[in-house]
Amino acid sequence: MRSGPTLFNRASVGLGLAFLYGPIVLLVLYSFNASRLVTVWGGFSTRWYGALLRDDQMLDAVWVTLRVGLISATLATVLGTLAAVALVRAGRFRGRPLLSGMIYAPLVMPEVILGLSLLLLFVALGVDRGFWTVTLSHATVTLCYATVVVQARLSSFDLSLEEAAQDLGCTPLSAFLQVTLPNIAPAVAAAWMLAFTLSLDDLVIASFTSGPGATTLPMRLYSQVRLGVNPEINAVSTLLIAVVTLGVIAAALIQRRRSQSA
Amino acid sequence: MRRSWLAALAPYAWLLVFFAFPFLLVAKLSLSHTVLAIPPYAPQFDLSRGWPGFKAFLAGLSGETYGRLTRDPLYILSYLSSLKFAGLATAILLLIGYPIAYGMSRFAPAQRQVLLMAVILPFWTSFLIRIYAWIAILKPAGLLNQALGALHIAPLTLLNTDAGVLIGLVYAYLPFMVLPLYAVLEKQDESLIEAACDLGCTPAQAFWKVTFPLSLPGVAAGALLCLIPMVGEFVIPDLLGGSDTLMLGRTIWTEFFSDRDWPAASAVAIVLLATLIAPIAWFQRQQRKVLS
Repeated sequence: MRSGPTLFNRASVGLGLAFLYGPIVLLVLYSFNASRLVTVWGGFSTRWYGALLRDDQMLDAVWVTLRVGLISATLATVLGTLAAVALVRAGRFRGRPLLSGMIYAPLVMPEVILGLSLLLLFVALGVDRGFWTVTLSHATVTLCYATVVVQARLSSFDLSLEEAAQDLGCTPLSAFLQVTLPNIAPAVAAAWMLAFTLSLDDLVIASFTSGPGATTLPMRLYSQVRLGVNPEINAVSTLLIAVVTLGVIAAALIQRRRSQSA
Repeated sequence: MRRSWLAALAPYAWLLVFFAFPFLLVAKLSLSHTVLAIPPYAPQFDLSRGWPGFKAFLAGLSGETYGRLTRDPLYILSYLSSLKFAGLATAILLLIGYPIAYGMSRFAPAQRQVLLMAVILPFWTSFLIRIYAWIAILKPAGLLNQALGALHIAPLTLLNTDAGVLIGLVYAYLPFMVLPLYAVLEKQDESLIEAACDLGCTPAQAFWKVTFPLSLPGVAAGALLCLIPMVGEFVIPDLLGGSDTLMLGRTIWTEFFSDRDWPAASAVAIVLLATLIAPIAWFQRQQRKVLS
């Protein structure tokens, strides 16, 4: 039996969490600050949320970011699931090392390199940069994360279930669609969410591959942040944090309910 | 499954076009001359001229941009300072991440799930926003100095300094260090420690002789997961560092967006990639072991 946490264990976990959450809590708190000065408390107010609703450029950026995220995450999840199936099921086929190399490398590669190389591709192809170039770039990078998530689930899936379906007359494809896919669905959903969040969050790759008329929210935030701290940024950030936090907690609860009922 | 490899076709083609091929373009551009401030750069690769065209293309490549990198101290300094920042931040992360991961693994399973979730959650929150939050804290008249002032401690200058960059790096990458460490520590068999203690080890000896050596794969994974992307980090040095904070990611960005020197940006990217290729390959081998 494992001995319980000592005082030192509790203190290190507590301090660690305080370090992780402290800055976020302060950011949220000061989004409700009445004062224009971000670091001086001037009473409670929601005026910056009101200002946000009238900031058309910011709302435009939100809309662009959501569309980029929805399309790129969907592309990435489809491609990533296919890649995961090939990596888990196909054994040692020719070209497998290259495929897994191309999947794992972007996970740790500095974003500036990915952004620069994608930009050069679009320049070489003579494509005008804008909404679609950002979307395709995000799909490329996030598909690697999606693959890893689905791959982890798929490799623990019992293959004999699919074989049984085939013995009962299913074609390999329909066995996959009717037996395997519903089983790995939580992982596929998690992969989509991860891809969507990463796209929502990306500044560097978007800055390289975007063009006029396709300013994403992080690009917009970045150009404002460079001008200094401003309470409206705190308000946008708070909304973003709230949406993502609710999404992650909801996903975790759904997954827990599923695993309990299974 | 005989025909499962068919599933690989679409992602394979996609990654060849959007990931592998662009690197050839970066390599090519790094060997081109800066003729004009805008593309196209010489030499051009003209397929219609066939083999002679290809030979002319090869002859036109030059290592001039790389020569420029070695002569300009700015590039060498930013290379060394990137390695310094990444190395230092990884060391600090290990020192503070290990006790956190170890502490988490001591809790009861149900509590561990909640703690794990709590460590992962900030990772889902925007990186840019989390770095932005530190500006208000580290500013000269910011929240940290207000708190220090209330305690009658002299204010600190942290924003736009190297210390600010280190704080940002440690903060942003902490979950990446804690999670791999926690993964190995959580699985560790408690009876090994009991056996060591029965054989006369003090708890401290048992930790250093049993727990720590067994957690080394997690240490390696966490260190690589932090070290590799940090070397090319852009947002953190740009927002929390000073104008004299040199890091390769920022150098590439400046060469590209401000100086419009695409060949130099490409050459710096290739140098960065050459530096990281060995750690990336090692990381991949580790990943494959974990997944298979």
